[in-house]
Amino acid sequence: MRPVYMISGGITKFAKAHPEMDFRLMVKEAFDYAMNDVPGLSREMIDGSICSYFSDHFTRQLKAGAMVQDYLGLCPKPSKRVEGGGATGGLGLQAAWEAVASGRMEVCVAFGFETMSRVNTWKGNEFIAQASDTNFDYPVGGFYTGYYAMMVRRHMHEFGTTVEQMAKVSVKNHRNAVHNPYAQSPGKLTIADVRSSPMVATPLTILDCCQMSDGAAVAILASEEIAGKLCRKPVRISGIGCGTDAMRMADRPHGKVILLPHESEADYKDLRYPGVHSFRGGRTAAKLAYRMAGILHPVEDLDFIELHDAYTSSEIQTYEDLGLCRYGEGGRFVDNGSPFMPGVDYGLDLPERPAISIPVNPSGGLLACGHPVGATGLMQAAFAFWQLQGTTGKHLGDDTLQLKGAKRGLIHSHAGTGTYITVTILEKA
Amino acid sequence: MSQNIKLPETEEGTILFNVDPIIIKQHYEIDYLHSYAQDSPFFAGLAKGKLLGSRCTGCGYTYATPRGHCMECGEKTDWFELPQNGRVHTFTTCHFGGEAFLKETPFTLVLVEFDGVETLFLSRLIGVEADNVQIGMPVRARFLRNSKFMATDVYFVPE
Ligand SMILES: [Zn+2]
Repeated sequence: MRPVYMISGGITKFAKAHPEMDFRLMVKEAFDYAMNDVPGLSREMIDGSICSYFSDHFTRQLKAGAMVQDYLGLCPKPSKRVEGGGATGGLGLQAAWEAVASGRMEVCVAFGFETMSRVNTWKGNEFIAQASDTNFDYPVGGFYTGYYAMMVRRHMHEFGTTVEQMAKVSVKNHRNAVHNPYAQSPGKLTIADVRSSPMVATPLTILDCCQMSDGAAVAILASEEIAGKLCRKPVRISGIGCGTDAMRMADRPHGKVILLPHESEADYKDLRYPGVHSFRGGRTAAKLAYRMAGILHPVEDLDFIELHDAYTSSEIQTYEDLGLCRYGEGGRFVDNGSPFMPGVDYGLDLPERPAISIPVNPSGGLLACGHPVGATGLMQAAFAFWQLQGTTGKHLGDDTLQLKGAKRGLIHSHAGTGTYITVTILEKA
Repeated sequence: MSQNIKLPETEEGTILFNVDPIIIKQHYEIDYLHSYAQDSPFFAGLAKGKLLGSRCTGCGYTYATPRGHCMECGEKTDWFELPQNGRVHTFTTCHFGGEAFLKETPFTLVLVEFDGVETLFLSRLIGVEADNVQIGMPVRARFLRNSKFMATDVYFVPE
């Protein structure tokens, strides 16, 4: 394996609907943006691509990747589709990493999209729920918000997590997105706004959940030699990890915690793991990525996180999986102000200087940016790339979200009730 | 050869939502021939008022939601009858849902735990106000008399 760099990224604004663009044109827009950012890169220099989209039901076009490939003018170069539910974008990025790391390609483009506006929200929920066991889960009332509601209910029971802590995550991510023009639903909210919005599945309200979106995103990866030639500020992908769990939540074991380097068995004497309150796939992905990147203390060794907050609850659960705090401390991690951006006024009563500070979802995450499934993980890559380049202001037209001196970031992509999860570490070259 | 030939015109039209860009209604529907395959005995069990789980012939792991092979060791499993009394492991009341279930909202989903069984079972809970459902609450299985050979042939009520 050899070092792999990200040399460019592009995003087509995430929106409720883009009826004026089909999936090919949405990707084309993000692709052209990314190509323009590395003027030295020509299409001839691209060796191949990875296509990431989740649902053939939403697309209503099988083998849609082939249509994007020809639309981008990348035929007859190699390409393949990668699919893994909500983690499709993260898996696609890692597949592109593999293509370059193995030496098979010098330059690989990962492109992703989803066109969720083609059906109404309720039909969309049904399509998404088809990504749960269609014999045992879906027919019972298959609904992902319902699944996550059951998981967080158990998290609340085990650890004392509160709905107010979850609401603060919603306030944080929507507020961050006010400075992100790519986001679908930025906003200045209060805890009361979140709690009084329509209940979807107890205890999750509509503002605890991400929305369905149309959108596309692109990440261009390259070898060290090409990155050095073409990109003024390449970003190295220094660690990748992926983990899985049983499709059915009901099948999750109740065993021992998988430990990260900074943890010990004594931390979790009585915790039955992962149960339905935690994601061992996420923990496994983090463990593998940390090992590759040489990360021993995540909160010290990382400067920011872009994680898959499909729900406020899953953001809190994910803090723990990633080892930003111990299992059970996710709610307090929010109360302590740790995942908030410095210098942004959230209108919340937060500690002035948190003991631990590691901004989570500076972009606004899925909650505020939207979640066009196949694009989401690649959108995270683009935001992380711009953070590490120090070019957030240039790409977002507002540098409020630019973290000063950010050297290393983590992106996290997540599927189903935790069935596929990827963690990727990016760092300043 | 005939140069005057034309396709016959029809009276059918297209439902149009917008013209710029053009957005039309496109219908899609399908009936599958769906086999429960190795899980079939579970659904046959529901029709007889029985809840069947799986026990691994290799390591003895027990599953409340059946599977033909063990997730822990890969060995084949045997069927065994689950208790019909369990406890609420976790729950939610859904006020929205997929289109197919919208008319049933609000409905309560529970993961049920059974004594001596290592995994859980997803089902509906009825007969208790949403605000009164609690983790640990004892529940009992009931079965539809007219089986539909679906996982919803069983549901739970308060004990
Ligand atoms: Zn076994």
